Amino acid sequence: MKSYLDHRTTVGSWLGTTDHKRIGLMFLVATAAMLLLGGAFAILLRLEHLTPGPTIMGAPAYNRVFTLHGVIMVWLFMIPSIPATFGNFLLPVMLGARDVAFPRLNLASFYIYLLGAAITLGGVVASGADTGWTFYVPYSSTTFTPVIPILIGVFILGWSTIITGINFIATTHTLRARNMGWMDIPLFVWAIYATSVIQVLATPVLGMTLLLVTMDHGFGWGFFDPAKGGDVVLFQHVFWFYSHPAVYIMILPAMGVVSEVICTFARKDPYSYVAIAASSVGIAFTGFLTWGHHMFTAGMSTLDAGIFGALSMFVAIFSAIKVFTWTGTLYRGQIQLRSPLAYVFTFLFLFVFGGMTGVAVATTSLDVHWHDTYFVVAHFHFIMVGGTLTTYLAALNYWWPKITGRLYPEKWAMVAAVLTFFGFFSTFFPQFLLGNGGMPRRYYDYAEQFQALHLISTGGSWILSAAFLVTIAYLGWSLVYGEKAGPNPWGSRSYEWFTSSPPPPHNFEETPEFRHRPYDYHERIGT
Amino acid sequence: MYEPALEEHFDDFARQRHAARFGMWIFLASELLLFAALFVLYFGYRAHYPQVFSEGVGHNARAIGTLNTCILLLGSIAVALAVNELRRSRTRSAVLLLAATTLAAIAFLILKGSEYAAHLQEGIRPGGQGHFFLEHQEPGWPIFFTLYFAMTGLHAIHVAVGGVLLGGMTWWVARRRVGAAGAYRVEMGALYWHLVDLIWVFLWAMFYLMGGHG
Ligand code: HEM
Ligand SMILES: [Cu+2]
Repeated sequence: MKSYLDHRTTVGSWLGTTDHKRIGLMFLVATAAMLLLGGAFAILLRLEHLTPGPTIMGAPAYNRVFTLHGVIMVWLFMIPSIPATFGNFLLPVMLGARDVAFPRLNLASFYIYLLGAAITLGGVVASGADTGWTFYVPYSSTTFTPVIPILIGVFILGWSTIITGINFIATTHTLRARNMGWMDIPLFVWAIYATSVIQVLATPVLGMTLLLVTMDHGFGWGFFDPAKGGDVVLFQHVFWFYSHPAVYIMILPAMGVVSEVICTFARKDPYSYVAIAASSVGIAFTGFLTWGHHMFTAGMSTLDAGIFGALSMFVAIFSAIKVFTWTGTLYRGQIQLRSPLAYVFTFLFLFVFGGMTGVAVATTSLDVHWHDTYFVVAHFHFIMVGGTLTTYLAALNYWWPKITGRLYPEKWAMVAAVLTFFGFFSTFFPQFLLGNGGMPRRYYDYAEQFQALHLISTGGSWILSAAFLVTIAYLGWSLVYGEKAGPNPWGSRSYEWFTSSPPPPHNFEETPEFRHRPYDYHERIGT
Repeated sequence: MYEPALEEHFDDFARQRHAARFGMWIFLASELLLFAALFVLYFGYRAHYPQVFSEGVGHNARAIGTLNTCILLLGSIAVALAVNELRRSRTRSAVLLLAATTLAAIAFLILKGSEYAAHLQEGIRPGGQGHFFLEHQEPGWPIFFTLYFAMTGLHAIHVAVGGVLLGGMTWWVARRRVGAAGAYRVEMGALYWHLVDLIWVFLWAMFYLMGGHG
């Protein structure tokens, strides 16, 4: 029996494939490469902060490096990371479908991604823009650095995201296995579904905004130019109308991974399936109403600030519901501490940290103190790296046997997980203290008194790199020497484990009929 | 007669049709939000510069704008009927109706082009460039016309895409490449056209009707 990997092996059979599993895998390779590239820039940033004053670069170079780091990490890695890779691979399998609803569009979305990435990185080759990943006007419409390729690149990437989202929504609605109702869908699919809704509805707003900045920069159209009657703050409104929901594009899929990993390794059904599924949708919805919290200091009435602050806290309530449900699931479970679960524990700890500081910065009076300092840098890294990146690694380990058919060496995975935790914590925890002490973000230089904390942070970034190197090494090793995994190495009840590893080209040998819900651990396995 | 095949990942035609239609609706929602950003800008700036925006409307040819609205609406009716006819295998009339919609797209673009030409003549270009703005120095004029060009221009691109799409479909149906079972594919084109039409109705109000009498 041939799997999706070896039923055809020519290069053309990969480049022209419409198999969602192969497309997911190609996205995995592409986005992982972006993660490494963005990581390399991060290391440079931290190195610069080893000492006050110029260490390895001056101010203009630093501005470009943090822009490239932010642009690559957000637009090229985080947004497509879990949905386009694991979502692509797993969503149809989990629904018992043979493919996504529109397989050719799915392939197109991969090439659109590549095109967008090429244009964006073309901007890097052309010496790089220095606007930050947020492209705030008026700076972005006047800087002499090549910002246009990056704007156009991100606009194109947006279409890849939109197409992926359309595909996932349509697939979930129309291709579920015959007897699968909405409340039987695996939780990961719910998370991807909620993400897709945001992708489809928020991305076009961003795309248009970036196009307008392009016209301002390239042709002096002046949508946001005060000299022509434009309003710079309006840019921030439309930008964050997308970019706040975008942070849920980054975190919701991660939450889906957490639900799957916890149920499998605690051998329990979720404490409340409905609460987890519904809070995903709740987050997706309220996420559209909170963008103003990025603009408390940009000129906003007290009433508006109060409303945006309060709405932001709703998101925290939904997130808390999730965290409590997950811990409730773990409670009295038969816990098997495998590396994916270790990553998920890391997630729970860091996400609570990041979330609580989110509530803190959504409080207007506090945010005035912390805005544009390292406190914010620490906050979003706790969520994006501590939350999403750790679950990305959890997902990579957890589904590795399904994707490749091989088991990874558990001991080394644990080493990497522990290194990741300590590396992360020592990189970013000091940044809360730095920010609170007054260290502004986006500066290459700093006052002497901050050096000790910066030193710890830079040291942490090296530990984090070590964790990455270990991960790359053991995953590479397992491709060749890893034990054969078999269909269901974790003894999970979720549907993707019912087909062989790696799955056959059409996911299941026969059209599956799932006779139990995905987390029914109290029933005997093997129906 | 050639009809679309059942793709291998679908169990039956009903689902395949449903998926296509459903996907199209989501895509249209996405398109709507593409314009939404511009609508936000328009109403934001209109609130800033109510006087200029109201006068600015007077510089657009209301008659042509209204004629164009009628053209798009007639196109919408024609394409809706075309889908209906095709479902009943009345190929001839479906072809005629589709051709009519394609013509509507062309007519719309010609009229729109004539308006743009008139604006250029008057010295109105995007970004507040052109001699018109030397005589109209109040803040708000450049932004009004920049928005006008951007929004109607983006819309015109959509009309052009719709025209090409429906032109292609006319040819398809005429060559009997698609019949009753494939009518849902033509329906995709129709849905797209309705969206283009719907957006124009708002643009018509915003740039031709709301104000103008100074
Ligand atoms: C998934 C991983 C990551 C994501 C999504 C991410 C995202 C971001 C974003 C959005 C910014 C803001 C850029 C800006 O203000 O223009 C940023 C800045 C920064 N990040 Fe990361 N980052 C990630 C990993 C890392 C890692 C691993 C490190 C350190 C080893 C790091 C160090 C920094 C530094 C030093 C800055 C610049 C702060 C400043 O000068 O204002 N990041 N990152
Ligand atoms: Cu936000």
